[in-house]
Amino acid sequence: MRRRSTFTFSMLCFGFAFLYIPIFSLIFYSFNKSRLATVWGGFSTKWYGELFQNELIIDAALLSLRIAAVTATMAVILGTMAGLALARLGRYRGRTLFAGMVMAPLVMPEVITGLSLLLLFVSLEEMIGWPAGRGATTITIAHITFSMAYVAVIIQSRLSSMDDSLEEAAMDLGSRPFRVLWDVTLPIISPAMVSGWLLSFTLSLDDLVIASFVSGPGSSTLPMVIFSKVRLGVTPDINALATIIILVVSTGVLLAGILMHRQEQRRLRDEQMAYSD
Amino acid sequence: MSGGAHVAVSRKIEAAAEPLQGEVGRIDATGIALAILNRFRNAWRTVLILVPYFWLFLFFLVPFGIVLKISLAEAVIARPPFTPLLEWVDGTVLEIRITFDNFLFLIEDALYWTGYLNSLKLATISTICCLLLGYPMAYAIARASKTMRNIYLMMIILPFWTSFLLRIYAWMGMLNNNGVINNVLSWIGLIDEPIGFMHTEFAVFLGITYSYLPFMILPLYANLERMDLSLHEAAMDLGSRPMRVFFDVTLPLSMPGIIAGSLLVFIPATGEYVIPALLGSPDNLMIGRVLFDEFFSNRDWPVASAVAIVLLFVLVAPIMFFQHYQMKEAEEGKA
Repeated sequence: MRRRSTFTFSMLCFGFAFLYIPIFSLIFYSFNKSRLATVWGGFSTKWYGELFQNELIIDAALLSLRIAAVTATMAVILGTMAGLALARLGRYRGRTLFAGMVMAPLVMPEVITGLSLLLLFVSLEEMIGWPAGRGATTITIAHITFSMAYVAVIIQSRLSSMDDSLEEAAMDLGSRPFRVLWDVTLPIISPAMVSGWLLSFTLSLDDLVIASFVSGPGSSTLPMVIFSKVRLGVTPDINALATIIILVVSTGVLLAGILMHRQEQRRLRDEQMAYSD
Repeated sequence: MSGGAHVAVSRKIEAAAEPLQGEVGRIDATGIALAILNRFRNAWRTVLILVPYFWLFLFFLVPFGIVLKISLAEAVIARPPFTPLLEWVDGTVLEIRITFDNFLFLIEDALYWTGYLNSLKLATISTICCLLLGYPMAYAIARASKTMRNIYLMMIILPFWTSFLLRIYAWMGMLNNNGVINNVLSWIGLIDEPIGFMHTEFAVFLGITYSYLPFMILPLYANLERMDLSLHEAAMDLGSRPMRVFFDVTLPLSMPGIIAGSLLVFIPATGEYVIPALLGSPDNLMIGRVLFDEFFSNRDWPVASAVAIVLLFVLVAPIMFFQHYQMKEAEEGKA
């Protein structure tokens, strides 16, 4: 037993090294003075300064953040509805198709999703004149569509891991179904909704392929700008940008994770006390 | 709902045909109002289902129909750059124009064959590598103490949250001719000339394994973590050696995790675009990249659509399998 656990542990260390060395080296070289991105020329933060003067990048970042905020909010609303519809509403006509449509975007290759949505927008414009041209709106719709699938799966798995005794108790005590949903179910799934929001936000902020298909002239998102720059090779200012994004996202995720962990502990404690009384 | 729409439509027709029968229409309307009122008590339930249903139907299912439609059209230089399938000839005859030329074109041109086969090959190799690396990792995490488990899990999830594009970009800095790996190797004195890692198939496969590793570990971990260990103890007590216990008990029991993880890696990896575009060379054809270029560089929408339809066809079996699996898991989780 002991020998194998040494083996799995060393694989774990190797795996983490594999996952983190590229990221750390990128952060390291973002403070490189030299223009040659991977030849060390001394410590400097000049690339960060240059970054904030690059209007193209700032504009793209602002557009991406705006799209991500709208996407995350809409995806949580729609995804929570879908998750509830799948986990708590029992059987109804068309449930299998519904479940299929919720799961499929998780694994669908991005090129297919992107192409099909673009063709939909083009056809819709021809038929009913909406959406007029493509840009932030079409990108947002596309992002909501795949993000809500992630949210739905998070909500659904949260709901299926909780037994519905609390909801049944509320029902037995005479609460109407809608009140049960509002007073009992939603508070239970609120941590899942927060994770869903954060995940949708980062997914939207990160998407390149789908946005490339459904964007129009003048609406380049941050990943599109980054991609067109890095196709030509490693550049120090993108290293700086990458460092900022990675640090902000990881801090956010870590904080949210710790906060939710604490809240969950408290909830479990409360529940235990309620049972023991 | 469709019943209501049907009634509304038939009422319209009635009203148009026989204006004198307004009475009938009114009675019908009262009936509908009553039905709606009756339904209103459960309205939130209907809304809960219908709103996301409608959204996914419009923005996920319908688009596939349109892709199929356009894959049967001819490319023309126009806006939009394809011919309509249905056209009125002289305003009287509805002509249907369908062509399978795009699909024939895919069959005849070796480029597409190579693209599909290469994608499947790279996705398969990467899935196996993710499994070989991810399984021991998931196993170690599942057997760690509760505190360490949470820390390890966070470390697995964190790269998954940070930008996919930027993590691939980080590998460009690693694999370059004057990149980190070559610098380290020549510093140790192992190599004199830099090794050209970039723009090779190896780089693409490394990139895929790297990006999709968390997708493999998380379902595996979920499976291994809730595995009932009493079976292992029983096998041990009966004198099985640890290796045998692993192959006879642990591995078969963790099959659901292996399947879920492998599909989560394999399916999206097959259609991958960003990784071959950044780390591969133009010679390492992958079908996602072929589709992208067909669309953006050649502006041949019908052929791009045909490529997408065939790719979907190739992936439909794994996708269905994945869904079937997910749903079964969800049902079991509830029970």
